[in-house]
Amino acid sequence: MLKYIARRLAMLVIVIIGVTLITFTMMHLAPGDPAELIATARYGMENLTEEDVERIRVAEGLDAPVFIQYLRWLGHTVRGDFGCSLVTGDPVQEEILLKIPATFQLALAALVVSLLIAIPAGIISAVKQYSPLDYLTMTGALLGVSMPNFWLGLLLILLFSVTLGWFPVFGYGSLRHMILPAVTLGTGMAAITTRLTRSSMLDVLRQDYIIAARSKGLAERNVIRTHALKNSFIPVVTIVGLQIGHLLEGTVIVESIFAWPGIGKLLVDSIFARDFSMIQGCVLLFAVLFVIVNLLVDISYVYLDPRIRYEKES
Amino acid sequence: MASAAVAVERNLTFIQLKKNKLAIIGLLIISLLVIVAVFAPVLAPHHPYEQDLDRVMMAPCSEYPFGTDDFGRCILSRIIFGTRISLAIGLIVTAISAVAGIILGMLAGFYGGVIDEVIMRIVDIFLAFPGLILALVIAGLLGPGMFNVLFALALVGWMGYARVVRGAVLAEKEKSFVETAMSLGASDLYIMCRHLLPNVIAPVIVMATLGIGHTILAAAGLSFLGLGAQPPIPVWGSMLNDGKQYLQTAPYMTIFPGLAIMITVLSFNFLGDGLRDIFDPRLKEKSIE
Repeated sequence: MLKYIARRLAMLVIVIIGVTLITFTMMHLAPGDPAELIATARYGMENLTEEDVERIRVAEGLDAPVFIQYLRWLGHTVRGDFGCSLVTGDPVQEEILLKIPATFQLALAALVVSLLIAIPAGIISAVKQYSPLDYLTMTGALLGVSMPNFWLGLLLILLFSVTLGWFPVFGYGSLRHMILPAVTLGTGMAAITTRLTRSSMLDVLRQDYIIAARSKGLAERNVIRTHALKNSFIPVVTIVGLQIGHLLEGTVIVESIFAWPGIGKLLVDSIFARDFSMIQGCVLLFAVLFVIVNLLVDISYVYLDPRIRYEKES
Repeated sequence: MASAAVAVERNLTFIQLKKNKLAIIGLLIISLLVIVAVFAPVLAPHHPYEQDLDRVMMAPCSEYPFGTDDFGRCILSRIIFGTRISLAIGLIVTAISAVAGIILGMLAGFYGGVIDEVIMRIVDIFLAFPGLILALVIAGLLGPGMFNVLFALALVGWMGYARVVRGAVLAEKEKSFVETAMSLGASDLYIMCRHLLPNVIAPVIVMATLGIGHTILAAAGLSFLGLGAQPPIPVWGSMLNDGKQYLQTAPYMTIFPGLAIMITVLSFNFLGDGLRDIFDPRLKEKSIE
């Protein structure tokens, strides 16, 4: 187990180097001169001279080859120095740390919403297979998978904020602010989890031990509750775990719609402001979170399903 | 003989497909979308760029069935022309990803060893990062423009194909017809194209069908954020972005383009699910009837 975790953590290092290298390369292929950006941020647009730009280029090491710049950036990052925002001049890590709680709150709330919908819907759908309720749930799930979440978000705003006036259109702070973004982000995920809960439950219901439990006269409710549920949850945990990564991905768009002050919105804003050091910081954070979440999910299987042993694998 | 067998098999596929209602609905909608895209200039009641500043944000009426936007342009006409861009992005990105994935997966599975190791580690790296965020950063850094979105989405879309093809090639490679071909002195390229490719193509077709839908959704998300093709080109995602500001006064600016995206994605999901049931009957129970 420890060996497995160590291997995965080594993988994390490779992933981070790979991803940051890709974004670093893109930044240098991209139009826009970072030296000029820094100079504009420091001296303003009007007083900008060619000498200032060149001085900053040398001072910030932007005249070195891309690969050297990348190694320098990596050196600083390893020591916990993410550089300063090209736009505001504030340290990148401070700004990011400030925005993390909002994103975590949103992701957690969305996860809760999706599980509250998906688990009951999936179980009922499986137990009452081919009933009208089952068809209704599955149609809803298919619609949920195909619906763009930014559209859903706008429709929810239209209905609940603009027409009914129940929730604020955007912003951050109270529980009332959180409901629409969490529902927007959670429903897409709920659609996938519902389908999986249903099929996993159906698989379990076909097993011999379920037939045995039924034939010894156990009430159907007890068959489901004590024998089927627990066993059907292993694949569900898998997919929920994998989806937490995609939940992080979804925050980017949902935060932009609802002006939610999290990492996702910070990333989008930084991209449009061409704030290279901030972009690199956000990308780094997303990469670390994504890999760590996936690792935690993998580790949790071992406890859920004793049949899995990582040492034997590869 | 062989071609007759293939013909029978194709026929069977079609018969099975006919049994799957949702897949047929999907196929019909997709055909309709293709017709709309091809004949857009004939079908659209107005020119998609034509502005009429006296008729800004008009509610749906007989002349403008979906209303007009903030420049007085016909929303229906813009959605009709937007079909072209959405389908084109979906098809081109999926084609590039699938071909790249097939080539890399084939090389990894066929040659094994160091080549396999290197290719699969690259796959791992790409899979270990949320693709949409990488696509967003790449397209964002490269700047606005259709080509940059195509490039970004293709770059994060090929890994699944590579994995599936590699797995299938590993299984097929051991079979006697491949060994026979090898001992007859057939070249590697010949074996890969003539013997392996036809046997690994089925799962790729299923993945690609679903992939077109995912790509259209992702591209709409990027253009909603302001990346991709720029105004006045009619793109569904950016139409939603325009509509966002006028949600209160002109909700039809938001409702109809979103509906177009959903129907398109849904139809590819229907067809993809149906094809998966046919090619892989074991999965049938797991998907929706």
